[in-house]
Parts: sequence; C-alpha cells; structure tokens
Amino acid sequence: MALQTRKARPGRAVSDQGLSKAQIAANFSDLHPPLDAHEARVESDRCYFCHDAPCMTACPTAIDIPLFIREISTGNPDGAARTIFMQNILGGMCARVCPTETLCEQACVRMTAEGKPVKIGLLQRYATDHLMEQKRQPFTRAARTGKRMAVVGAGPAGLACAHRLALHGHTVDVFEARKKPGGLNEYGIAAYKATDDFARREAAYVMGVGGITVHHGKTLGKNLKLEALRRDYDAVFLGVGLQGVNALGISGEEGPGIDDAVDYIAELRQASDLSKMKVGRRIAVVGGGMTAIDIAVQSKLLGAEEVMILYRRAQGKMGASSFEQELAKSKGVVIHHNVMPVKVKKKAGRMAALVCEKTAERNGKVTGTGKRVEFACDTVFKAIGQTYTDPTGGVLRLEKGRILVDGERRTSLKGVWAGGDCVFGGKDLTVASVDDGRRAADSIHAAVMG
Amino acid sequence: MADLSTNFVGIKSPNPFWLASAPPTDKAYNVVRAFKAGWGGVVWKTLGEAGPPVVNVSGPRYGAIWGADRRLLGLNNIELITDRDLEINLQEIKQVKRDWPDRAMIVSLMVPCQEESWKAILKRVEETEADGIELNFGCPHGMSERGMGAAVGQVPEYIEMVARWCKQNTRMPVIVKLTPNITDIRYPARAAKKGGADAVSLINTISSITSVNLDTFSPEPSIDGKGSHGGYCGPAVKPIALNMVAEIARDAETKGLPISGIGGVTTWRDAAEFIALGCGTVQVCTAAMTYGFKVVQEMIDGLSEWMDRKGHRTLAEVQGRASGNVTDWQYLNLNYVTKAHIDQDLCIKCGRCHIACEDTSHQAITAEKGGVRHFEVKDEECVGCNLCVNVCPVENCITMRPMKVGSVDPRTGRKVTGDYGNWTTHPNNPMTCTAAE
Repeated sequence: MALQTRKARPGRAVSDQGLSKAQIAANFSDLHPPLDAHEARVESDRCYFCHDAPCMTACPTAIDIPLFIREISTGNPDGAARTIFMQNILGGMCARVCPTETLCEQACVRMTAEGKPVKIGLLQRYATDHLMEQKRQPFTRAARTGKRMAVVGAGPAGLACAHRLALHGHTVDVFEARKKPGGLNEYGIAAYKATDDFARREAAYVMGVGGITVHHGKTLGKNLKLEALRRDYDAVFLGVGLQGVNALGISGEEGPGIDDAVDYIAELRQASDLSKMKVGRRIAVVGGGMTAIDIAVQSKLLGAEEVMILYRRAQGKMGASSFEQELAKSKGVVIHHNVMPVKVKKKAGRMAALVCEKTAERNGKVTGTGKRVEFACDTVFKAIGQTYTDPTGGVLRLEKGRILVDGERRTSLKGVWAGGDCVFGGKDLTVASVDDGRRAADSIHAAVMG
Repeated sequence: MADLSTNFVGIKSPNPFWLASAPPTDKAYNVVRAFKAGWGGVVWKTLGEAGPPVVNVSGPRYGAIWGADRRLLGLNNIELITDRDLEINLQEIKQVKRDWPDRAMIVSLMVPCQEESWKAILKRVEETEADGIELNFGCPHGMSERGMGAAVGQVPEYIEMVARWCKQNTRMPVIVKLTPNITDIRYPARAAKKGGADAVSLINTISSITSVNLDTFSPEPSIDGKGSHGGYCGPAVKPIALNMVAEIARDAETKGLPISGIGGVTTWRDAAEFIALGCGTVQVCTAAMTYGFKVVQEMIDGLSEWMDRKGHRTLAEVQGRASGNVTDWQYLNLNYVTKAHIDQDLCIKCGRCHIACEDTSHQAITAEKGGVRHFEVKDEECVGCNLCVNVCPVENCITMRPMKVGSVDPRTGRKVTGDYGNWTTHPNNPMTCTAAE
C-alpha cells in the first residue's frame, strides 16, 4: 500500500497529524511481508548448499544457513528453526532486523552469480515463525545444576545469555530496569520491522524454556549493586546496553522542539495508538546511522510532511546500509550530506530552524567550510550515537568508554561477564549481542562446572 | 525452412510429433484439439475387444514427483486402456481420419492372446481407414494381470507370435510397443522383428511407486488406502528410453528396424536426441498432459530452428546420426585423457565441486589458496570424471579439457599418445587377444 500522508491541519505543528488508524496501520505494516509455504519452498531451492558457506561465515552467530535452508526445502521447517535457534535464540527478531544486505545475503554466492542473493532473512523468519506459532520450544533444559546466575539487562544479549544458561540447567534471575523485557527489540527497533508485538512475544518464547525469572524495575548502580550480585550468584552477566546519548554541543540544544531519537522511538514503540502520537510537520534528523533512518522513516509514516536527515559526512560514510538509505528515500525522506548543526533558531520560543554549516572532509576529519545553510523545521531529533555510562562504579576495565571483554566475553572482574552494546568491539547489532550472550553463557557454564 | 515431414513405415505426417496412446488420445474431442494445435499424428488410446469395456478406478489415477517450484518431473498412472465403447471409438477414429487426412492416425490395440481376438479387432480397425496399428505390449498395470500388455511384452515368443498374427491378418503397418520392464530390450525388439513387425515404439511406462504417504502409509496414488504399481513416464524416464532406443538401433539383428521414440519427450531438444539415436518419429504424452497441446508449437519451432541453424534440410539427414557413436564400454578409448578446468572468472565460489570431489571422489579440487577461498583442479589427482561439472551451478564454469597429444598426464606420469586403445587390447585385461603366432 502506498504511503499515506495528509496535509496537516493549520495550527497543528507538533501534534498528531490527523492520519486515521487505518492509514497508520497501512504505513506501519510489515516492511518485508513473510513468505508463504510455497514461496519458502521455491526460495529455499535457490540455495546451493555451499561448502563452508560464505553466508555462515558472515553471520555473527554462525547459524548453519545452508542446513536450515535445506531443511525448509525438504518440508522440515521446525527442524530448520531448531538449527537456527541452536546458534541464535533470537533468530526470529534477527530474521526481521538484521541488515542481511551487509551480512549473510551479501556473502551469498548468488550475489556473485546474479546479484540476487537467496532471501536468507525471510527464510529464517519463515522457519522460526513456523515453530514459534506452535508455541513449541526447540530445546529442553539439562538437569538442574543448582547454580544461580544473575543477568543484568533483558535485551538481546541478556535474553540470549539467560536462555543458554537455563538450557545448561542453571537457574537465572534477570534484572531489568524497564517495564518490559526485550531491550532495544522492544524499545528501539523500528515498528515496521517487528510488527504484531513480536518483541514481546519473542521474549516470552525465549523465557518459556523455564528457569528464568525477570525482575523488572531493577537498575544497576541504583537499586541493584554489582557487589551484591557477585556475592549472591555463581556468575554475573552484564548486558546493560548504552544509557547515555551523545550531545550536539550547540546552543539551544536543551530547549523545546529538540529531542533524542531513542527516547522518541521508545515512546512510539510503546504507544497504544500511533494515530494519537504527536509528530512534527517539518522534522530534521541529525545523524547517519540506523537510528537516524528509523526515526526519519517512522516520522514520515506518522504523517510528518517533510523529513530530512542531516549528516556531517559524505554519503559513503553513513552508518546506515544502502538498503536503509533507499528505504528512507522511498518514503520521501531527504538526506543532506556534509552539513553539521551549529545552532538552533527559535521564533516565539518555538523551534524554527536548524542552522548548519557545510562541511568538508580532510584526511578523514570533518571541518566546517564556513558556509551556512538553514533548515526550517519544528522538530529536531538527535540520532548521533549512544554512550556507555558505567553503572558499576569503575570496577570494570573499559576500552574507549566501553567494557573490555575477552573472546569468551569475560570482563576484567572475576565472575563477571558482559556482552551486547555495552562492550568494546561490539557491532551495535542485535545479532552480535545474541552472539555475545550465548558465548558468555557457554563460558560461564564451563567456568562454574569446571 | 527445414522439412519436418515424415514417412514412417508408409505412414505420413507433417511433423514427427505424435501423441502417444494415452488419455490425451482417448476420444475425438481431444484428438481434434491436438490436430488443431499442430500435432503430426496420434496413436489412439488402446482399444480392447468388443463387449463391455474395461473399468477404471474412480479414485486418483496419477502420482507424480516434482522438482523446484512443483515442476513436474515424473508422472505415474494406473489408468487402463480405453473405458469407452469400442463402436464409439471406431466411429470417431474414422471421422477424425476423414477430417484430418494429412495427419497420422495409428490405433493402439490390446486384446487377449488368441489369434481370433486379434483377427476380429484388426478387421474393425481397417474399416476406419486408420494408417496403422500399434500393439500395446507394454502397460505394466492392470491389463498385465489379465495376460495382456506387459505380460505379453515380457515374453519375446508371445511378441513374435502376436506380431505375426497381425501381419498375417491386416494390410496395415504394425508397430510393436515395447515395455521397458524387462532386463534386455533387445530380446523383445528382435522378437517383434522376427514376427514381421514393421516397427517398434518404446518405451512404454516403467513400473513404479511414486511415493509413500507417511501419514497413512499408503503408496501414492492412493485408492482407498491402497496403491498399485503404476506406469512411470515424463522427463525423468528419458535417459532410460534413450538407452533402449540406442540398443535397438545398434543391435546387429534389429539395426534398421524403424523406431518411434517415446519417453519423456518434453522439448524439441528431447525429440532431436531421440531422432539422432535412430527414431523416425517421437511420441509425447506427459508434456501434453502437463502443459496442454500447445507445447507442440515449441517443439516444431525449436526442431526446425535447430535444423536450419545446422543446415539439416530433412529429418532423414539427422536420423540415426548418433547411434553409430553408441558403443560397448570395452571399445571406449582408454587413451583419451581429460582434466576438469575451472574458469575463475565464472566461478561463484560455492565450493560444491570441491566438496563433491573431496568427500566422494578423488580429492582433486582445492578449497583455498593463500588463505582465500579458491577452487582449482589438481591435475595430478583429477581422473577426469566430470562430477564437478555436473554439480557446478554455473553453466560452462567447469569444462573437461582433453589433454594435448604429447603432454604428460601428471596423475599417471604417462604420455598422451593420441593413439586409440581400448580394454580389449589393454595389458590389464586377462582376456586380451594377441595375434596367434
């Protein structure tokens, strides 16, 4: 269905834009509709079952992609789902949100052959949906070990770790600051990538393995202390994500009309009625990553008339994949490159424009050219990255501001493992966080049982 | 424009594409549609003797196997001969032949193994002015349990006997349709020839069970929970049919016996291959049953186009051109040495050649070079088996290259001489013949 927009009513600068529920539902429908059984069968037959498959190497969780696709092709989608879940218990979400165009599907040999990779993401979704819809668990837990594990953060890393630990027979307490589990899957991912409340359903499915208890409203560094966890549990896993947001460092940044993208997206994701969601008419998004795309596209889908992304470097440097950039453009988002904000311009106390300076890059460094350009807008969203804010009181060794871990995701502190966005070297991808969680759990298991 | 007309044992048709005796040729309605679509001839679905017609099952009659996207690769059926009244069939045959005089009209027959029965039916068929008859000695199901069809076709003496009865009792050309459900196709073919048959047609369908229902444990097609071996046909059987045709075409006793080729003909190319192996016409069923009669237009156009491109003016110029190249294994040139070669520009690096060779053959293809994914043939290990070519998904990426005369095969250390040498003269053969002193 075509994107639904409507001329905003006069005087409704930042409010809901008057789209009907039906228009909103159409705008926020599944970005990639699922394959039906026949489509999956046909698509799965395109897989060559490569030796030492490049797609598998490209997958951060090393899912045996040729095997699961072959299982689909032979009419065994539930077996395919188990193959996926063996490596990646959040395979359902990853099938929806992974930038497959830069991971498995880019590596697919059919890309070399004809520029049309096997639709690995959609096939993964087909298989995982098939098993999850039956509410069947892929695995059963090992005999109880009597060991108790603490997992901080119920995001992708925490959930993956908790699940694996539970499978090994341990009892797991998960501590989560927010009201719902899922982390960015629940509060951050663009709504059209995880429709039908998938993040919540998936978290429930993952915890359906048993042995996992989530304690909500527990924030590390506030009502939860690392020291106590270390004392009370056999091991601790930290998957706390990134709590800080980068600032633009320009005047007027703290005023009305300027907001952090992640906060707005979280609000959007939790809104019970998107047609009542307040959105500006002219929106400037500052940033060049996935979050910038997500908020720009969703603003447009909510009915914003004009949405622009302002990025300080050239197009090729954007963190968002070319697929995501195309997606934004197709929804009517305009992307401006080589511009950086210098100040906010207000009119009668309200946001009126974002004044930027044209930039140039020399030896990778961004410098202003002195040439100014003004973008009229009523809303500015900052999507310029998040930062790790240490909730442990400085007891963990950091590297470039994030927790330092080894290959097994051990931190510098005995008995404490970490993974996901809060660790150094991470890829800021759901799938990478899941990999961290699983690796850490296997390492914890080996350590406590050794 | 190539001339596709044929004269097969005196039966003329504008092209070599006949519809085989099967459901598509069971009545005038279908046959007229086929002729309108351009088919050169039909073999009318098998007639039985006068009296109450046979009865077919009213449950499923067909089973199938499929490739990707449900492309039908093989079909099996348990339908019997025509279940329509003999008189109606005969009237329709006569009318259609009258209306379409330029098309071949052959009538398939199957009656009990008594001369009187054959005499009776032959007289009736002659009255229709059909061009010829085909003796159905092939149906593997149902009728064979009653001493007909494959039950006759599996006993060369019976074939010879019935063929002789027919030749003695009709002026029409007699084509004997052979069953592949035997061990050596040459024996029934020789018997047909001895009996005086003008031609053979083959193959009839292959006894088969297409699949087993894993919920009910019934074979498919399932009739009230039970199944019976049906006759297998379609693209999957073509290689079997080609071999049997070639065996007859090159057998000293049957060489020159006209052959109407049947078995999985789906495209012009299939037809051209049957013709190259010696067939005068081809018969088609599954392709028509899958796609409808219009497929013949592709077959006619494709065959004609190929002949024009190659400068073949008539089918006679093509017919049998490949049969001389079919020989016994013992006469194959053991001095002919090939090596697989992978075109690195075409290679998409799927690694299938490597793993096929590594796991199941001769460990003759690399997987990496300098730490990078790289597939290359190791000539010193390659026996030239061609497996890599067959598993490679990219056409022409891997090719078999004959070694040049004078070069040394790194696998055997032996020089490629260019001389022909086969097993009969090979030193390892204990039966090697040496000239008497």
